[in-house]
Amino acid sequence: MSKFKKKANVKQEIPTSSMPDVVFMLLFFFMVTTQMRDSSIMVKQKMPQATQLRKLMRKSLVTYLYIGEPSKTDQYGKEPKIQVNDVFIEPKDIIQWVNVEKAKLNEFERDQITISLKVDSDAKRGIISDVETELRRANARIISYSSVNKKEI
Amino acid sequence: MPRATPDIPNASMADIAFLLLTFFLVTTTVANDKGLTLLLPPPPEALPPDLDVKIQERNLFKIQINSFDAMLVEGDPYTGNMRELSDQIKAFVLNNGLDPESSDSPDKAIVSFKTDRGTSHKKFVEVLDAAQRAYYEIYADKIGVTVDKWRDIASDPEQKELYNKSREGVPMAISIAEPTKVGG
Repeated sequence: MSKFKKKANVKQEIPTSSMPDVVFMLLFFFMVTTQMRDSSIMVKQKMPQATQLRKLMRKSLVTYLYIGEPSKTDQYGKEPKIQVNDVFIEPKDIIQWVNVEKAKLNEFERDQITISLKVDSDAKRGIISDVETELRRANARIISYSSVNKKEI
Repeated sequence: MPRATPDIPNASMADIAFLLLTFFLVTTTVANDKGLTLLLPPPPEALPPDLDVKIQERNLFKIQINSFDAMLVEGDPYTGNMRELSDQIKAFVLNNGLDPESSDSPDKAIVSFKTDRGTSHKKFVEVLDAAQRAYYEIYADKIGVTVDKWRDIASDPEQKELYNKSREGVPMAISIAEPTKVGG
């Protein structure tokens, strides 16, 4: 019986003196990796699924364009709209927008500008193809249809 | 007389750090920018107006989708899954004149993809994914790597040589036509 009576004499406290260090380390990690989004997205964004995804390597060359049903349907209607930066634009304004975005890049890499099209699954091809035609006119021909990974069957 | 040592209370430091940590945890967005990349053709105005390319019927693999997301593949209604569609496209591209109904050679083979203005983006991405998978598998096989590995190679500018070698003789010819306006 005496075998079981013995009480362990070990201290059961976790040392907490190094906790601030650990927290600071985590803090610095998140401070460095965090990126503030410069515009709030005003359209529905449910990405389609695909398997053959490719990463966009040069972040500086990537510009985003959002298409989807506006989140405030009572204000903007239910038809999918095109959003760049913080505003809704019409397909005819795309050339001008692309030129503004291109001007932000170095001269030698302007033709490598990549447009990431963040299109909602429920948007229709009509509006997307209008955007594509304008992008061709604006000579921004490298595009990427943003999608999420789907496990292969 | 000993000078009074100024002490900053540091008991609350952990709390402050936690507060900041929580803030950055919440605001951080992990960069997960992935997608199907595509090179659009030159603008319609840049093409000569009298351009009339004749493509033999056998070198075209036609995929059509209407506004109800129903598919026609080579003129027949298609209800199979996307994996099978990829295999069909692969067989078509790599036919090399074997089957008289299918393509002459990989560099002449064209996958023609036509949608309607009412086709959903979801369906479009699904089919584009299948078509790209067919080509990526051909490229990956050529240099003996897996498809996942090949996509990494393709995104890496330093491995351009290997990338070009894998694509040699098999251009990725996925033609996305102007959508029809039949609607519905």
